[in-house]
Amino acid sequence: MSVKLSTRQVGDVNVVDVAGRITLGEGSSALRDALRDMVGKGQKKILLNLGDVSYIDSSGIGELVSGFTTVTNQGGQLKLLNLTKRVKDLLQITKLYTVFDVHDDEAGAVRSFA
Amino acid sequence: MRRDGLTTGKNSRGDNQIVERFLESTLESVDEAEELALQEAEKAGVPEDDLHKIAMAVRESMVNAVVHGNRYNAHKKVHLSVSKGAHEFVVRIADQGDGFDYEHLPDPLAQENLLRHSGRGIFLIRAFMDDFQVRRLDPAGTEVTLVKYLVSK
Repeated sequence: MSVKLSTRQVGDVNVVDVAGRITLGEGSSALRDALRDMVGKGQKKILLNLGDVSYIDSSGIGELVSGFTTVTNQGGQLKLLNLTKRVKDLLQITKLYTVFDVHDDEAGAVRSFA
Repeated sequence: MRRDGLTTGKNSRGDNQIVERFLESTLESVDEAEELALQEAEKAGVPEDDLHKIAMAVRESMVNAVVHGNRYNAHKKVHLSVSKGAHEFVVRIADQGDGFDYEHLPDPLAQENLLRHSGRGIFLIRAFMDDFQVRRLDPAGTEVTLVKYLVSK
């Protein structure tokens, strides 16, 4: 399995549960398509739940960054939830950890959207 | 096909080569190389914490070889070799592309580059491996050498 994405609505926040690998190819393109689709529908509060992401490579990091800038440029917010240690380490060594708004608690993350 | 410096048996570091493959320039080859290197690293006794780092460094190097080096060209191969010495686990990945200026890559940690979509692969390889070497091949191609020490130095 490469990656599995499912979207659910919590209040006015769109939560995307991501599972599997976000790597060059199917994984990164699936994430890109999902985010473009949501932005295209005017959804501006997006919470990516990465709790079941086992692996992310530089291409996957690139998609997270592109998603973040795309959503932000449309006046929206993209936040991250439930980072595994590996993903957190990756974001820290690439200095992206402070760029993203990262949460460990879904209810708190949902409330944080203004 | 064999090129300079890519010999079987003992390699230039005196390590024993345990795997050699000539792979197609496809994304499937990226997965295959990663899986092979991971299996051999486990057999070589690489600590658990380092297995993922090796897998990721191999993946990033393979993507560079397939996508940026060989540009998915069906006529070009990626040469993978895995070897093990007394104190090190070594993966070499060579493409047949035009090469890249690895000494002048943009710094992905610079503020102006932080939000770029790409440009983090080599940085991550350097962060994850104990040693990383790049050399141009004659007449064409780039070979990267990824080294993880098996004992702390």
